[in-house]
Amino acid sequence: MNRLISYIKTFSLWELLKGLSVTQRNFFRKSVTLEYPDEKTPQSPRFRGLHALRRYPNGEERCIACKLCEAVCPALAITIESNVSEDGTRRTSRYDIDLFKCIYCGFCEEACPVDAIVETRIHEYHMEAPGENIMTKDKLLAVGDKYDAMIAADKAADAKYR
Amino acid sequence: MIEIVTGLWDALPPLVQYLTVVLSKILLVSIAVILTVAFSTYFERKVIGSMQARVGPNRVGPLGLLQPFADVIKLLIKEVVVPTKSNKFLFVIAPLLTLVPALAAWAVIPMNDWFVIADINAGLLYVLALTSLGVYGVILAGWATNSKYAFLGAMRSAAQIVAYEIAMGFALVGVLMAGGSLNLGDIVAAQSGGFSNWFLIPLLPLFLVYWISGVAETNRAPFDVAEGESEIVAGFHVEYSGVAFALFFLAEYANMVLISGLTAIFFLGGWASPFEGIGFLQQWGDIPLIGWIFSGGFPWLFLKIAFFMYTFFWMRATFPRYRYDQIMRLGWKVFIPITIIWIAVEGVMAWMHIGPWSGLTI
Repeated sequence: MNRLISYIKTFSLWELLKGLSVTQRNFFRKSVTLEYPDEKTPQSPRFRGLHALRRYPNGEERCIACKLCEAVCPALAITIESNVSEDGTRRTSRYDIDLFKCIYCGFCEEACPVDAIVETRIHEYHMEAPGENIMTKDKLLAVGDKYDAMIAADKAADAKYR
Repeated sequence: MIEIVTGLWDALPPLVQYLTVVLSKILLVSIAVILTVAFSTYFERKVIGSMQARVGPNRVGPLGLLQPFADVIKLLIKEVVVPTKSNKFLFVIAPLLTLVPALAAWAVIPMNDWFVIADINAGLLYVLALTSLGVYGVILAGWATNSKYAFLGAMRSAAQIVAYEIAMGFALVGVLMAGGSLNLGDIVAAQSGGFSNWFLIPLLPLFLVYWISGVAETNRAPFDVAEGESEIVAGFHVEYSGVAFALFFLAEYANMVLISGLTAIFFLGGWASPFEGIGFLQQWGDIPLIGWIFSGGFPWLFLKIAFFMYTFFWMRATFPRYRYDQIMRLGWKVFIPITIIWIAVEGVMAWMHIGPWSGLTI
């Protein structure tokens, strides 16, 4: 009897029709596609994207060349050289981040005692020529200057959880 | 103006007139088939996209409708790479050998009750002969490439096509017994008179066998072991690029449209309308724009082809690929016995004058 039922099932293509009905049901389901350049997923203020160096409101660099970020960086992506500036404070003469080495873990941001190095929510950037992957001090400061308001807002949004 | 044109036309010798008519018919059908192929790639991507909760192409042109043209232009401007140790002549003509039969078979397909390029009385034999020819292109492509992947793919696909060709031919024997003719127009005419007269119902097993063999014949999922990405990269067309690849692609989809059209003609009454038998609907058959719904015509054939194309994509989105030995088992041990048994049953029924085969005399 069971054998007969299984034969009937086989020859009426029962299992195949069941499978087809599943795909047909899904055919009428609304698509879940997010049309990327036009629509974007919401981002957390903690998003770790492109790096930036920040300044104090009076224009002074925050970074004091303590090299904690260089020490904590697990990918050895940060290179820092320091000297004494005209006003007698210790400043970086070189601050390079290799974006190809960087794993965007955010440890540098955590380690920084003065909130100088931060990771912004910018993630749509690209390089066009060899060497552009090195973020020099000037480029990092430029990013910080340009997106200062956004960085400050993200920091403020996250402050109460820290 | 019209007199001048008709005067010029009458002045032409009869042979030229004949050739002009036939060539323009061929041009019309070829362009229609190629456009159908172009848009069926778009249709496929949209259908499978929807089934996977995606949207499919929607960037090129309104709703992505220009996507097929973008694809074609991309393929046309790409370089055709000919492998160094390949047989160059065969490598180049193999795509043509697959494409030409797929297009040539359209010569005997009746589009409606008067439009057919060649109304020959052995149309079904012609179709069988031409659909079998496609396998030569596949074998030659695989062999001429001089690559083990292409060769394995060609062997698989050739064995599969040959195996399913037999079941397909037997299924068509049933159709020609029921239709009483080898002419496709006559086969459609034998199914006139509404849905209940279509061969779909009395020949249901043969319909299923024919359709599934057709899917296997065109090397489409779930029978696409000839491509087998995980095992042999892309099968017989691994080394093809640019225009040569485009021709293979065109041939594959032209074959799909052809199989859909043949299934519609053999089992679903071709251009016939399913409402034909219903008396009170017949009076509306002469209404200019929507009359075809009741009296039949090319739009019905088109809709039936579109339905079968949809089923191709539906099956592709649903079923996983068959294992090779399972394909062979299904072809040789299941389909061929089913068709033979059903032909015997049909013959006995016709001999005893039972069932819808009144036209058949033994």
